[in-house]
Amino acid sequence: MDWATVLLYGALVLFGWLNIYASVYDETIGQSIFDFSLTPGRQLLFMAACVIIIIAILIIDMRFYDTFAYIIYGAILFLLLLVPIIGKEVGGNKAWLGIGSFGVQPSEFAKFATALAVAKFMGTIGFRMDNLRNQFILFAMIVAPMILILAQKDTGTALVFTAFLVVFYREGMSPFLILVGVACAIIFVLALLVESNIYLYGAIGVIWAGLILFSKKKRFKRIALITAGAVLIIGMLYSVDYVVNNVLKPHQQNRVKALINPDADPLGFGWNVTQSKIAIGSGGFWGKGFLKGTQTKFDFVPEQSTDFIFCTIGEEHGWLGSLVTIGLWVTLMLRIIFIAERQKNRFTRVFAYSTLAIFLFHFSVNIGMTVGLFPVIGIPLPFFSYGGSSLWGFTIMLFDSSRGITIFETLFKYTIQIL
Amino acid sequence: MNEGRKDIIQVLVVFVALVFLIKLFIIQVLDSKYEQLADSNAILRQVDYPVRGLIYDRNGKLLVYNTPEYDVQVVTKEIKNLDSVEFCKVFRITKDELKVKFKELRAKKEYSPVKLTTFLTQLSNDDFARVQDRLDDFPGFYIQARSTRSYTTSAFANALGYVSQISKPQLERDSSKVYKQGDYIGQSGIEAYYEKYLSGQRGVRYKMRDVDGIDKGSFREGSLDTVSIPGLNLTTTVDLDLQLYGEFLMRGKSGSIVAIEPATGEILAFVSGPSYDPNLLTGKYYSENFRFISSDTSKPLFNRPLMAQYRPGSIFKIAQAMVALQEGVITPDTRIVCNRSIINCHGAHSNEDLRGAITHSCNPYFHNVLRRMLNKGKVNDPFEDTRIGLEEWNTHIRSFGFGSPLGIDLPNEKSGLVPSPKFYDRAYGGRPWKFSNIYSIFAATVANRGFYYTPHLVKSIGDSGQPLPQYLEKHYTTIDSANFIVAVDAMQNVIQGGTGQYRASLKDIIVCGKTGTVENNPPLADHSVFIAFAPRDNPRIAVSVYVEDAGQGARAAASIASLMIEKYLLGQTQRKHIEDYVLRGDFLD
Repeated sequence: MDWATVLLYGALVLFGWLNIYASVYDETIGQSIFDFSLTPGRQLLFMAACVIIIIAILIIDMRFYDTFAYIIYGAILFLLLLVPIIGKEVGGNKAWLGIGSFGVQPSEFAKFATALAVAKFMGTIGFRMDNLRNQFILFAMIVAPMILILAQKDTGTALVFTAFLVVFYREGMSPFLILVGVACAIIFVLALLVESNIYLYGAIGVIWAGLILFSKKKRFKRIALITAGAVLIIGMLYSVDYVVNNVLKPHQQNRVKALINPDADPLGFGWNVTQSKIAIGSGGFWGKGFLKGTQTKFDFVPEQSTDFIFCTIGEEHGWLGSLVTIGLWVTLMLRIIFIAERQKNRFTRVFAYSTLAIFLFHFSVNIGMTVGLFPVIGIPLPFFSYGGSSLWGFTIMLFDSSRGITIFETLFKYTIQIL
Repeated sequence: MNEGRKDIIQVLVVFVALVFLIKLFIIQVLDSKYEQLADSNAILRQVDYPVRGLIYDRNGKLLVYNTPEYDVQVVTKEIKNLDSVEFCKVFRITKDELKVKFKELRAKKEYSPVKLTTFLTQLSNDDFARVQDRLDDFPGFYIQARSTRSYTTSAFANALGYVSQISKPQLERDSSKVYKQGDYIGQSGIEAYYEKYLSGQRGVRYKMRDVDGIDKGSFREGSLDTVSIPGLNLTTTVDLDLQLYGEFLMRGKSGSIVAIEPATGEILAFVSGPSYDPNLLTGKYYSENFRFISSDTSKPLFNRPLMAQYRPGSIFKIAQAMVALQEGVITPDTRIVCNRSIINCHGAHSNEDLRGAITHSCNPYFHNVLRRMLNKGKVNDPFEDTRIGLEEWNTHIRSFGFGSPLGIDLPNEKSGLVPSPKFYDRAYGGRPWKFSNIYSIFAATVANRGFYYTPHLVKSIGDSGQPLPQYLEKHYTTIDSANFIVAVDAMQNVIQGGTGQYRASLKDIIVCGKTGTVENNPPLADHSVFIAFAPRDNPRIAVSVYVEDAGQGARAAASIASLMIEKYLLGQTQRKHIEDYVLRGDFLD
């Protein structure tokens, strides 16, 4: 067991729990943090369950996962398939499978299952990343849960699966593909940012002309390539406009618009981003103090104990609290990379990197949206956001990544053998 | 083989974290706007409006008081299933009006769906009683009580002024930032001049509320809250009975009456004719009534005692006589021939001394006196000589208060104008005179034999029993008080045998007065002017009357002035024939 990870994990979960309490605390009522009818109380139950989960993980041998990876993956896909049919709707998303009053989100566990399957596949002897067939299978593995989750209208969680690109990159996929992806993203944002595409077309024209004029070898092939590239980019710009205006649903359009200019309609589509920035920005350097925030607990910030939990940190603990939170996160992620690199076999390494990639995605997108750097995509901040499914899913991933043959595990094994 | 890529991933992690920390530093530490935005989100600044001070007359009779009035406010986010038909019925508005109201509401600068915003204004007590029971049926709508002014009498309107919503330019000029859009403020008269005393001090409560506007207790345990302090009551110098009588006499006439207590400068009556009923400029129909009153061609909103300016006329001969005596260019016994070839005159007299000249208002006499004052022969250059004479004359005249604002406790006092050397250096001709009724009250200066207190309308602010300090200050003229005895004698003669004899004399009371007939632009009749004080010794009242287009001063103005004196000193008037003459209003032959 990696104790540094355990400590970081404990710190994040505890701090998260306090912030969940702060986000719902109301001085006029004076709720208890142990009130199990409220989110902080329930989160405490979820945290208690995590202890059981962690012990179970430590008991289960990694070879168990190696053997059952595809079965687990298949089972989750099956559950995801069931969700739209027998699932219940919570907050506009049909993402829950209910057991009595209690519900779980299979999509939260799909990340773990997919990571397992990807690791298993890449861990097979003789696996080569540059094999086109392999690449195709891997993409299929991540696209399958994405599609099923998209069917639940949970775009945010579906997008998380793009994080596996980081894993593929680490395991040898050509960075060219990723660069193309990043370029596409930049063009996408530019297309939205710039009011009239004519300027962009003009800029592309100038760059195109410049590249041709100043290239030393004026070969036909090169000119054709540059021209093709320019045409492609213009085509993309055009299609972005088309997609935003004609394909996206109004509420999705609004989220994109809110990112570009939240001030245009602060009471309408810009509400979430505006209020979130107000909450965080009003925290100042030192913060307003624990339970002293006004913006989150008085509901100005939406989803304040789940997706926008970072607002509470920013408001009550200021920049210093944000620094500590981000610092803990960076340390944890670097620690996971360290652990991953230490692994002897590819299966465990890929799994650890999958965990890292998913954490990084959540971390970037969640905090990014609260400070107005990303569109509002409803995904939680791991260990902080309220919710059993996400807490358990992330806990399982973290502890499966950071295990390994350690003293704790060895002791455990001996104990079991003695018994 | 791909171990190097782990470094790039590590760099990526750190890079994202750094971007966040920088962005957070910008919005949390560098940019302070979010803090203000958060406060305006969650902290409701609730103003506790104090009661506006009441206004009394000098004998403690109530003139202005407050009546409750109700505004309807709305938090649009809280509106649920609004039954607009029912709403219109309860609030007695039409469906179209309702639409317009909502449109106006959303167009307001301070509008927010989560904030209380004024929706309908000035519901009367009756409306409120009806609406109150039904308010629960319309969630999101609230009632805010505030008070509006009411008047016990229709008298004294122009001096009292009125209160209405603060205007945009006023709001921009208000450096104290106390006032907010929709607040009420004194717009003219005493209401405006004593605004800071009448309005009291507002209390402020800071309350926290959530996104639905629900109260979440006081902010910082109320340590920033203040309690409102009610406005101070004012006791005016006006005698309501005399004021009412003055307005009664001025009915149907254009002009003004100012009556003053010489010993204190307290204004006893301040009549502006025509006037209006101040109750019209309060409450729900303010705007319509204001439009109606302000477009009246007889200008009822024009505060004539203060704003109407004339040439001084014959009453000014008294001031001229005083200056001439002081300068030594004449003595009380100086006789000057009434040479009517220089300037027109009236009545049978030929070679008067100073007293006689005042009594008969001899024009040639004072023409000569003025020449003596301006050309004393001190230097050879006639222009320079006139200049010196005019300068000396100007200094004396200004010591009466003429030519600059007196400083009465009303806003927008128009400064008078007297000829100055500077004026004549610039231009010949023109009319260097601007003289309003409030200057004519120098009758009080004569009554005091040489000093005056600035005329004022408020004798006590709150319970202090004191007016503003500047009204306790005695102003001396540059004229010796012995010289005033000559003026007093002459003014007594005016009543007892001169131009004012017939209509201005009272039995048992020695009245001193002076007629004036101010030239008007033909074919309009001259303005009738009269100043007076009584009794001759220890005078208790000085009066100045202007009746526009009413001809000779001895007729309309003298009659009104003497009736005012009679009313004030005796409590009632017995000269029914004079009163009838005034009320008939036919002063021209």
